[in-house]
Amino acid sequence: MNFPIMPQTASNYAVSIDDIYFTLVALTVIFTGIVTLMLLVFAVRYRRGTKVSRKNPSTGNLYMELTWSIIPMLLGLWIYGWSAIPYSRIYGDPPANASEIFLIGKRWMWHFQHVNSGIRENNELHIPVGKAVKVTMISQDVIHGFYVPAFRLKRDCLPGRYNTVWFRPNKIGKYYLFCSEYCGTNHSEMGGYVYVMSPQDYAQWKSNGGSQTLKETETTTEIGHDLFEKYGCAQCHGAQDNVHGPSMNGLFGTTVTLANGQSATVDDNFLRTAIINPQAQRIAGWPAIMSGFPVGSGDGQISEENLLDLISYIKSLGNSQHAAPVVGNNSTSTVALKPLASKPAVNHSSSLATKGQSR
Amino acid sequence: MSSIPLNPGALGSDGRARARENYLNIKHTVSSWLLTADHKRIAVLYMISISVMFLFGGLAAAGIRIALVRPHDTFFSSETYNKLFSAHGIIMVFFFLVPSIPATLGNFLLPIMIGARDLAFPRLNLLSWYLFMFGAVLVMGAIMFGGIDTGWTFYEPYSSVYANTNVVAVIVGVFIAGFSSIATGINFLVTVHKMRAPGLTWFRLPLFVWAMYATSIIIVLGTPVVAITLLMVVLERVFGVCVFNPACGGDPILFEHLFWFYSHPAVYIMILPSMGIISEVIACFARKRIFGYEFVAFSSMAIALLGFLVWGHHMFVTGESMYSGMVFSLITFLIAVPSAIKVFNWSATLYKGNVWLTAPLVFAIGFILLFTIGGLTGLYLASLAVDVHLNMTYFVVAHFHYVMVGGAIFGYMAGLHFWWPKITGRMYPEGWAMLSAFILFIGFNLTFFPQFILGFDGMPRRYHFYPPEFQMWNILSTAGSSVLAVGMLIPAFYFLWSLKYGDIAPANPWGAKGLEWTIPSPPPSFNFETVPIVTEEAYAYEAIYAAELAGDYSHVEASIPYNQEYVEKPQSNISNEEHQ
Repeated sequence: MNFPIMPQTASNYAVSIDDIYFTLVALTVIFTGIVTLMLLVFAVRYRRGTKVSRKNPSTGNLYMELTWSIIPMLLGLWIYGWSAIPYSRIYGDPPANASEIFLIGKRWMWHFQHVNSGIRENNELHIPVGKAVKVTMISQDVIHGFYVPAFRLKRDCLPGRYNTVWFRPNKIGKYYLFCSEYCGTNHSEMGGYVYVMSPQDYAQWKSNGGSQTLKETETTTEIGHDLFEKYGCAQCHGAQDNVHGPSMNGLFGTTVTLANGQSATVDDNFLRTAIINPQAQRIAGWPAIMSGFPVGSGDGQISEENLLDLISYIKSLGNSQHAAPVVGNNSTSTVALKPLASKPAVNHSSSLATKGQSR
Repeated sequence: MSSIPLNPGALGSDGRARARENYLNIKHTVSSWLLTADHKRIAVLYMISISVMFLFGGLAAAGIRIALVRPHDTFFSSETYNKLFSAHGIIMVFFFLVPSIPATLGNFLLPIMIGARDLAFPRLNLLSWYLFMFGAVLVMGAIMFGGIDTGWTFYEPYSSVYANTNVVAVIVGVFIAGFSSIATGINFLVTVHKMRAPGLTWFRLPLFVWAMYATSIIIVLGTPVVAITLLMVVLERVFGVCVFNPACGGDPILFEHLFWFYSHPAVYIMILPSMGIISEVIACFARKRIFGYEFVAFSSMAIALLGFLVWGHHMFVTGESMYSGMVFSLITFLIAVPSAIKVFNWSATLYKGNVWLTAPLVFAIGFILLFTIGGLTGLYLASLAVDVHLNMTYFVVAHFHYVMVGGAIFGYMAGLHFWWPKITGRMYPEGWAMLSAFILFIGFNLTFFPQFILGFDGMPRRYHFYPPEFQMWNILSTAGSSVLAVGMLIPAFYFLWSLKYGDIAPANPWGAKGLEWTIPSPPPSFNFETVPIVTEEAYAYEAIYAAELAGDYSHVEASIPYNQEYVEKPQSNISNEEHQ
């Protein structure tokens, strides 16, 4: 017999959301209690035939109306403002040192890519305790929902558009991961676990390449670099060419003027569209010669995983805040500056070292 | 709301003289029913139709609850489970809740309450029933032969690209049934504007009429939006016209915006009519004018209008802008105020009343309690950060069942019992009705309260399999649903029983005010022999109240068991009669 009344609490949001929740529970009990008492007491006390005073029965009173309009309204506004604060943090900008994870939802599994280490895992996510995590998610088919009740965290995982969310796990443990948006036959089986690990365990796990046995992995940025060559992006978007297309160096995060006169910020979603359908938002001053790579697995197409890899690489080429060449404590940038053919083992040690500096 | 009496006592107000014609016995042929333009007969046709649909929807719900007894159900496949909850949602929302009160009690009562002989467009009214039936048959056929697995929300791009079930047939069925709603809405709006009896000013209207008016506004403004949206889904699915599918440049979030632009106001289509019924029932059995009439009337209008500005609160986690989330949340908190106004006004109406505890009143009190919980838990979901955790979990399921079952269906039951004597000319058995009200209340809470806790625990909705630690709450919920089913079956039996064996109903068994109680039960086809002239406010119970306090109960009928003690032996405290 097990009657759990609340989920585990394991993220920076959990306590603040629970505080609002239980305040609402208290208000619910108070208001429902008042209404129940009024109804039962009046219905019994003034039932037909009772000998109680019914002098001056009232059929309306402006002050009463104002009282029971304004008090609930003020309480509502208070809860509204209070609950908007954690909300703006959850979906707001993550801290600068958040480690980045790409998430691809597909029927019916979750595929995670750790940007720093290149480790990929399915239906499981391993993260160190106490360190902010930013998840950039996209779906390969229908709408899914990334939901970890212990973190009080949910974000719809949409096809065709990146959604992000960030959180800081603060308790070691194993937590349910659910798909919260109905996605077809095996919707209820599209889930897994998030493992929040101690820093030591996480380092161990990571140096083993995400498993007990050592294996070679490439970071998403490294894969992205290879793809940049493979798909021929480098021919026009490399550092040398300044005729066919804009160089990617230092592009990320800048605001550009489009051929149609609008301006846009180069972010994940901008790059995604620029790769899939470049003419939709061509930067002003460049010829309309790129044909684009639709999402798919066929010839001349690019998968959702590889799109994220490419974007990761383009990001690593610097942004407006850190004009290339980048030398900073941003680990993705550091990876990009290394010779890209370096051995994975070196990679891991250097990215760990970088992390050590940044913390 | 008394009037110049029509059809005065000549035929005997005790109802025993049955030799007269009424809308039920005027003709008996099948075609006299299927081709009728009488709003009362159409209401009865609707009542039968939606009861059948309710039965189908209830069976699907039973299947869901059976599956959820075990964490890893093997009774149904996941395909079947998904089809069951989709069928439950689609049938209950589009073919029961939306038409339930407007098309049955609204159809029957609206013209009578305003002193009219029929709706403004009687044949449009009949057409609306045929549209409803056409849609219902199409949808039921699609559900029986293959089913649909999109859920009632038809989210894109699942519905247009990935689902391989009968999406098109169901959507076309819902589309057609939508036009039946629109026809009813237009009919009601025109009728209320143009056909009120002389003297029946806007602020003399019964609050049920106000509620139907507000509902009609929502229907007429909202339904076309969802109709065109669903049509676009069909165009995308069948002809590949790219609207919502991101693979070809569409936007699935646009679908959610358009869908909820109708479907949130649709929640008020379901609950406002119930609120109207509650106002009638509370005022009648408290023997008092409703407390704060204008506030209750305008709160219906406020809900109808604000209801169109809150659809985005279904989408806080979808990736809509954080700032639009904040605006939608704010408006959602504001719309709670008119609901609170209603709840407090109903409660205050009972204060110093001469309260007659009948089954309709017990259902109405049940409505207020459950709607209060349903409404307040809506605020959890309106709270941005809390919604991030609770959205798409069982908390949402519990919340909207408190509003739609605890609210809409308890309201419907209150109204059905209240006007059953008027509609059928027979009394329902009071004792059984009381019993079923209590069974429903207990079964309902046992079914849905555990789902609040499941939702906070993090159990997502539409889950066939779930983690084993959630099992006990699910077992409780399923146990409750069987109690709920018993509570639903009892009225089904005694209502049918009463048609033949129930006590003959007098014209005004409750001593109620309102034009519908001034004409015989069941009413004649033409409702009123002469057009009534209204000279009073609504709920002018002052005279009855004063008489009852003086011990005079002659205005209520001795044929009702509850009244025998009062009417036949007003001075005696001991009654020899058997009470039910």
